[in-house]
Amino acid sequence: MMSDFIVRALLAGVLVALIAGPLGCFVVWRRMSYFGDTLAHSALFGLALGLLLDISLELAVIFACLVLAIILVLLENRRELSTDTILGILAHSSLALGLVIMSFTDNQLNLMAYLFGDLLTASNRDIAWIGAVVIVVLGILFTQWNRLLTITLHEELAHVEGLNVIRVRLLLMLLIALIVAVSMKVIGILLITSLLIIPPACARMFSKTPESMAAIASLIGCVSVCGGMTASWFWDTPTGPSIVVTASLLFVFSRLLGLNAGAAG
Amino acid sequence: MNTETLISARGISLQFDQRQVLHDISFSIAQRQIVTLIGPNGAGKTSLVKIVLGLTKPTFGQVARKSGLRVGYMPQRLQVEQSMPVSVERFLKLAVNARSSEIDRVLKEVGAEDLKDSQLYSLSGGELQRVLLARALIQDPQLLVLDEPAQGVDVNGQAELYRLIDDIRDFHNCGILLVSHDLHLVMAATDEVICLNQHVCCHGHPEQVSNDPAYLELFGKKDAETLAVYTHQHNHSHDLHGEIVDGEHDV
Repeated sequence: MMSDFIVRALLAGVLVALIAGPLGCFVVWRRMSYFGDTLAHSALFGLALGLLLDISLELAVIFACLVLAIILVLLENRRELSTDTILGILAHSSLALGLVIMSFTDNQLNLMAYLFGDLLTASNRDIAWIGAVVIVVLGILFTQWNRLLTITLHEELAHVEGLNVIRVRLLLMLLIALIVAVSMKVIGILLITSLLIIPPACARMFSKTPESMAAIASLIGCVSVCGGMTASWFWDTPTGPSIVVTASLLFVFSRLLGLNAGAAG
Repeated sequence: MNTETLISARGISLQFDQRQVLHDISFSIAQRQIVTLIGPNGAGKTSLVKIVLGLTKPTFGQVARKSGLRVGYMPQRLQVEQSMPVSVERFLKLAVNARSSEIDRVLKEVGAEDLKDSQLYSLSGGELQRVLLARALIQDPQLLVLDEPAQGVDVNGQAELYRLIDDIRDFHNCGILLVSHDLHLVMAATDEVICLNQHVCCHGHPEQVSNDPAYLELFGKKDAETLAVYTHQHNHSHDLHGEIVDGEHDV
C-alpha cells in the first residue's frame, strides 16, 4: 500500500531534485559549493528567527538566504578579504547565531529534523511551497539560461557584449538561495550542498552540452531521491542521508563506468 | 578615406588605495587604425584596456565613444572549467547579439573551421586564442580590443596571428587596440604605438618609438635594438600551430 505520506515525500523530493540538477551545474561550473553550504547554514538562522518572531518559517528561511546572498554579492566587490574567508565567517556565525537564538525559543522543534531533513513528514503545505518555488525557478532558468551560461564562461566578456553581469549573478545567487530554503525539509541543512553537486558531478561524463548535463543531473537527482526513500522504507534508515548515500553510490558507479570506457577507448 | 574617431580617452588617471596605476593618459583610435599599447608588466596596460571597455571607471578623465559603437573584445585568457561541457559552436552562439549564420564565416576567417564541434576545454592555447578572436568578430565590431592576443602562441605562430589581425582590419574596416609586451612582432602591423609605464612614455609611429630615449630606457638599450631591427628572414611561414604553410613572405 502506498500511503499518502510516501506519495507526498516522493513528490517533494523529486520536485527539489528537478531544479537541483540545473542549479547544481552552475554551482559546479562556478565552484560555488562553499557558497551553497553558507546559504544552508544561514537557513538555520532564518528558521530560528522565524520561531522567535512567530512568523512563517518558510518565509523567514527564504528571507535569511536572500539577505545572505545579497550581502555576499556586495562583499565580493571588496578586496581586503577573500571570498573564501567571508563565506567561512558568514556560514559559521549564522549557524551559531541560529543555534543561540533557538535556545531562547520554547519550542519542541526537533533540531535533527532540520539538520538532516524530515522528508516523511512533508505536509500538503510543504508541497505547495516547494511546488511554487520550483515553478518560479524553472521559469527563470528557461528565460535566463543563455545569460547564465554567458557570465559563467567569462564575466568581463559578457559585460563588454552588453550584459548586466551583476544582475545576472545576483539572480543566480537568489535562485540558489531559493532552492536551499525549500530543500531543507527534504534533505536537511547539513546535506543540501550534496544534492546540488553530486548529481552534476555524475552527469558530467555523459554530457556534451550544458543542457544535457543539467537534464542528466536532474534525472540522477530524482533516482537518488527514489533510491534513498526505498532504502529508508525497507531498512528504516534516515531518509535525507539515504538519498545522499544513493547519490554518492551513483557517483562512484559513474566514475567506474568512465574508467572502463577510458580503458576500452 | 573616412577616418572617423571611434573612441578617445582624455586625461585618464586611475588610483587603487592611494597607488597611482595610470596617470593622465590621452589617446584616440580612428577607424582602420591599429594602435598598440606596449609596456612592461605592471605598466597598467590591462587597467587601461578595462577603462576603454567600460569595465573599470577611471578616477579622473573620461572616455568618449562614438555613439552606438560596436566593440569586440578578446580577453587575455579564458579559464575554461573542465567541468563545463560546451562546444566551440555553442560558445560562439552564446555571444550577445551573435548571428548564428555568421558562425561558419568567422571561424573560417580565423582559420578555425575544423574546431567547430570541439569541446572548448580540449583546445590548445593557440586554438583557444583563435576561437576568442572569432567570438570578438561575431559582434561585427567597429572597434576590436585585443589583450595580449599572442599569449600561448609560439613565435612563428605569432607572426601569422599579427598578419591575420592586419587582414581583419582590412576586411572589417575596424579600428584595433592591441596590447602587447613586445614591439618587434607587432611593428609591421601597427600604425601607432603607445609606450606605457603608468604614464605615456612616448608614442608615435613604431620606428619612431623604437628609437625614442624613453622607450630605450624602459626596455634596455641592447634589448630594444635587437628587437627593433627584427625582421623575418624566413622563406616560408608558419600557421598558429607552428606548422609550415605555403605563401610568400615579405622580407
